[in-house]
Parts: sequence; C-alpha cells; structure tokens
Amino acid sequence: MSHCLICYERIVPQVTWTNLLLPVKEAIICSECKEKLPILAAPLCEGCGREMTEEGFCADCLKWQQDPQWKRVPITNHSVYPFQPFMREVITTWKYRGDYQLIECFQEELLHAFETFFYKKEESLTLVPIPLSNDRLIERAFNQAEALALLINKNIQVEVVHALTRKSEEASKQSKMTRKKRLARDNPFTIKKQQSKPVILIDDIYTTGMTIRHATKILLESGCPKVTSFTLAR
Amino acid sequence: MSKKSSVPPEKILPLNHSSLREDPIVQYLSGKLLLKEELPQNLKEPYLSQLQTLDAIDQPKSRPTCNRCGNNKKHLLGIIPCNRCHQTHVYCRNCLQTGRVLACEKLYFWAGVQPKWTHQSEPCTWKGNLTKAQQKAADRISEVMDSKDKKLLCWAVCGAGKTEMLFAGITLAISKNKRVCLATPRADVVRELFPRFRQAFKNTEIEALYGATKEKTGISQLTIATTHQLIRYSNAFDVIIIDEIDAFPFHNDENLHYLANRALKKEGSQIFLTATPRKREQMLIQTGKLEAVFVPVRFHGHPLPIPKEKYIFRLSYTLQKSTLPSVFKNWYKNRRNQTRQILLFLPTISLTTKLLPKIQAMYPNKKIESVHAEDAERKEKIDAYRNHEIDIILTTTILERGVTFPSVDVVVMDAGHAVFDEAALVQIAGRAGRSPDDPTGEVLFLHQGRTEALVSAIKQIKTMNKKGRNL
Repeated sequence: MSHCLICYERIVPQVTWTNLLLPVKEAIICSECKEKLPILAAPLCEGCGREMTEEGFCADCLKWQQDPQWKRVPITNHSVYPFQPFMREVITTWKYRGDYQLIECFQEELLHAFETFFYKKEESLTLVPIPLSNDRLIERAFNQAEALALLINKNIQVEVVHALTRKSEEASKQSKMTRKKRLARDNPFTIKKQQSKPVILIDDIYTTGMTIRHATKILLESGCPKVTSFTLAR
Repeated sequence: MSKKSSVPPEKILPLNHSSLREDPIVQYLSGKLLLKEELPQNLKEPYLSQLQTLDAIDQPKSRPTCNRCGNNKKHLLGIIPCNRCHQTHVYCRNCLQTGRVLACEKLYFWAGVQPKWTHQSEPCTWKGNLTKAQQKAADRISEVMDSKDKKLLCWAVCGAGKTEMLFAGITLAISKNKRVCLATPRADVVRELFPRFRQAFKNTEIEALYGATKEKTGISQLTIATTHQLIRYSNAFDVIIIDEIDAFPFHNDENLHYLANRALKKEGSQIFLTATPRKREQMLIQTGKLEAVFVPVRFHGHPLPIPKEKYIFRLSYTLQKSTLPSVFKNWYKNRRNQTRQILLFLPTISLTTKLLPKIQAMYPNKKIESVHAEDAERKEKIDAYRNHEIDIILTTTILERGVTFPSVDVVVMDAGHAVFDEAALVQIAGRAGRSPDDPTGEVLFLHQGRTEALVSAIKQIKTMNKKGRNL
C-alpha cells in the first residue's frame, strides 16, 4: 500500500482486469492531487510559455521586447505547470520547507514536456541549472533547479553543466522582492564555464522572467550561440 | 520498540553555576530538544559547554527513526542528496511543518542545572468555589500531581467544570518549583484555556503554544500547548495534563503519545481529562490498570439531558433529496422552549451546504447558517451564533466538543452515520443545558436504524446521571 507523496493519504488502486493481470507502476500521488496539478495547455506564448487565448506573444513579452535594455536578449521559455495556488503550495513545501523527495511527483510530466519541447536525436543538449548563492544552498541543502536538471539527465541523454555562479545576495530572498525591485537589480550571475554550444536554462519557477533574462544575457555575452529555458512552473 | 532509548538521559553536570538557575536562557533551554536554528543566536559560554547533542535521526541497520518526532514510517522518511555534508541520506518528512530534520544534523538538549522559577507561596489568583463533586476530584488530582510517576484519568461529564478542578493541583506544583504542561489535541481549546489560566495564575510565567502562535518566548513554568508542540520538549515537565484524550488526532496517533511521554520527566505524573473515554481507556479503568476519578454531575448540579431517539424510514434518502423529515418540523413547532437556538448536526459537509437553502426557505423569518471545517468564515459564524445573531446553525462534527452555548436544543440528523461514534454522540448531547439559567435543553437523535454507538451513547449518559444521583 503506497501513500500519496503530497497529501500522505493512502492510495487505494482500483482493481481492473488490466492491473489484475499485468503489473503496473505504483502511483506516486493520489488522483485528487493529480487533478489539482494540471499542465499548461496550448496555445502558449512564444516568449515566456504562459497559457494564452491565441498564438503569438503575450503583453508582458511585447513590453520586454520594447525595453531598450532588454530587446537584444530574446527569450524562449517552456514550462510544465501553470503556477496556480495548489502548485504554489507544493513548490513551497518542496523548496522552502525542503521536502526534496516531492520532485518525484513532477517527474512524469516534466520528462514528457521536456521531450516534446526539446528532444531531437541529432542535437546534443546542454542543461544549465540556475544556481543558488552559497548561503542559500547550505540553508536549503539542495538546489531545486539542479535537482530538476539531474532528474532530466538521469532519464534522457543530456549533459548538465554548472556554467553559472550566483553572487551572494545581501538583499532578501528573491521571490519575496517586489517586481520593481527585482527588475532594477544588477545581474546576480557570473560565468563559471564558457559555453560554445546552445544551452537550456533550468529553473523551478518563471515569474517575472528577470532571472532567466539575466542568465540569458550573461551567457550570450560570453559567447554562447543560443539560450532557451525550461521551468517547472509558469 | 527502540523509540524509548532515544530519550536523552537526565544528566546534571557538576558545575557551580547556581546563579544560572534563574537565568532566562537556562529557563529557555532546559527541557527542550532543539535544532541548531532553534537555539538562541550567538549562544556563548557558560551555556555552550552544557548543551549535549543527539543524532537527529537514529539510523540502526533496520529502519531509521526521527529523534525529534519519533516518526519511523517509511513514507514519511525522504532521501536527499545533501549539499551540506555532500552525502545522500534520509530526512524526516513528518517534521516539515516545524522545520526539516536532516540525518546530518544534531539535536541539542540542556544538561546543566535545572531552572528555578520565581517563588510564589500563593500562586493561585482564582477565587471561586467548587461543588462537592468537583472538590473530590480536585483533591485526587492534587494528590497525584504531587506524587511521583502516577497516572490518573478524570472522567468528568460535559459541563462539569474540568478546568477549575485543576487549579488546586497546579497551585501546589507551582509553589514547589515544578513545571506543568497542559496539552490538548485541539488548538481551539488552547486558545480558550490560555486567558482563563492567565487570570487564575497572574504572577506565573505562562505560555500558549499552537501552530499559529505569534509570540513564543519559550520560557514558561506553566505551558498550555497542542500535543504537536511537544515536539520541542524532552524531560521537561513534572506534570503533564492531557485534556480531551479521546479527541482526534491524539487518540489514534501513536506519535503524539510518544511526544507526550518524552516531554514528561522520568518521575513525572500524568493527568488525563475526558468526558468520553474510548473503549481502550474504559477497559483499563475496569481492569484496575488505570486509576480514575468520576465527576458525574455538571457544575450546576442538574442531570445531563437524555437524548430522544426517533426512527425515520429512509432518512438518508430524504436528506439527499434536500428535504427535512416531518418529524423534525413537528418537533420544531412544538418544542418546549421556543427561544432556544438550534444546533443541527449533519454527517457530511456536502449535506450542510445542500440543505442550507432549503431550510432557509422553509423558515424565512429565522436566520440560518451552515459551518464546517473548510469554511473560511468558520470563526466569524460561530461568534455570530454565540451572539444570538443566528437561530439555527447546520454543522458537521466540528462543533461536537469544546464549545459552550448557553441555551440550545440539539438535533442530530442521521445519527446512525459512521462519523457519529459513541464519543461524538455523548459530546454532542453534552452541548445542551450547559447554563445554570437554562439547565435542561432537548436532544434529538434522528436515525434510520439504531447503531451500537447510538445505543451505548445513551446508555453512557444514563449511567452518568445515575452515578450523579447516588453521590
């Protein structure tokens, strides 16, 4: 008897002819929690990957494209889940409360989405997880972006490179900053390893897009030919 | 089980720091079992050398056990590739709410002198009188609190005035520099009791601990806490009083029993309070394995209202169709005291929301509301009901215990439903007739077939009334 990874309730499998005769994979989360975690459905914004009513770019992305500072840093982001209240709860438990194992409940959808967005056999892929500052890494004991990258790496033939480092931030935690403050901040990243091949940035949440833009900018400036990004939630 | 062995031994280092005894840092640290981040910041000597450590997670060859919460369930132990120690190890998923516990961490406990509290010869500032039955129980409770390694169950009917019976024992304990904890499974009860104890022990350090408390000093001679909060205590209290031992989740959560036992000093005593002991406790009392004291009458001296039960053909079907049985309508029209408010218990949340518009349409002159555990306005609605702004409230079992409304009639719809067990039904019946100004009140159980729970609940109430008459 297994327990749901999110709500800890027991999962009672429905007995059907199929699973009576054939062994099936045990469910990781219960059907109720699964229902509360829908994935993003097309049409999606061509820039940030959010759900749209029609194809094209969303208003936010159009604004970014006109910004004199950022118009030369085009981004293409793909995400798996919409960042709705239940998803926020799960990510909070995972990342801030530190329940590392919760990553397993995203595995199936994450791999599926990654394959549909990126996987082409002829092209070799390089994943670059968004780093944490050293203090934060010690506090959390794991980097959630790195965990996602390694999960993909374990299942699909891709390379994970720690190409970036993050300056220790004296300011408060990222997601607690206001949008304005975050936009005004200097680039928190520095290059650790130069990249000559296209890379895919990996992060947990795309909120304003500032983190991804900063990372994209510094990678492009250091000679990387192309940068796209893949996040768990949008 | 290996659980017991993880309790840190009570060691007192031979250090001549008698001045330390009244130090607030010692008062904070003693009796606690803390994670590094829960220790006071910049802790220096002479405190540091008197802290001892314990592996946060016990890892024998078989199954790991969290030394903080006692959890050893497989699905509540996660695996993490840790960036602190660069190894992959377990962590406790049961502790997430109160701070994650990694296997590479330590737990800290105080091994220095025991703290001393401001001496009070007359700590009790409550001036009131107890009834004869209350006094008898209070005397027994004091005796047990004052002796070592004893247990006593106080079986007092709903509305007996349990809190006041504790004051004498607590007074004695405080004047002897002892530490007392009143623990309960329910946060509502902590919120209700805290101001009453602050009134009764004005000069004592008291602290209330529950999930959402804002100010936590961590310094208290008298602690009022939810049982979950005992996760930060070990070897702390001379006396632990557990209120509502039969309430969810305490009665079926072994972990909470473990926490309560650990928080108690080796020779400490335990008092259990309940109005409706479960079968397990009733058995222990009958076989003489658990000492008990009964308080079979309410503080106002009137007997408990005996529930009337009524069989209704296809009741759950009637309710599903969102109609009320005519028995209810007739009773409502003809009940003895028309001014009383109504508590209408229903077995499920969906029924409360489904029936609400129907009943509102049936009695347009009455103010009718519904409330359940997931209701965002739960607290506001209960307050409104208390202020007589609501005439009829449809509720699930959340109002079964711990709430007092002075003048109500109680109806349980589908009283044979599985959510209404014996304890729940006795508690529900105990909501009626609580005030000395209106000590009767009617209780009506409507069902479509008697259940064992229903029969034994009524029997339990009658037995208690009989005991009360024979006093």
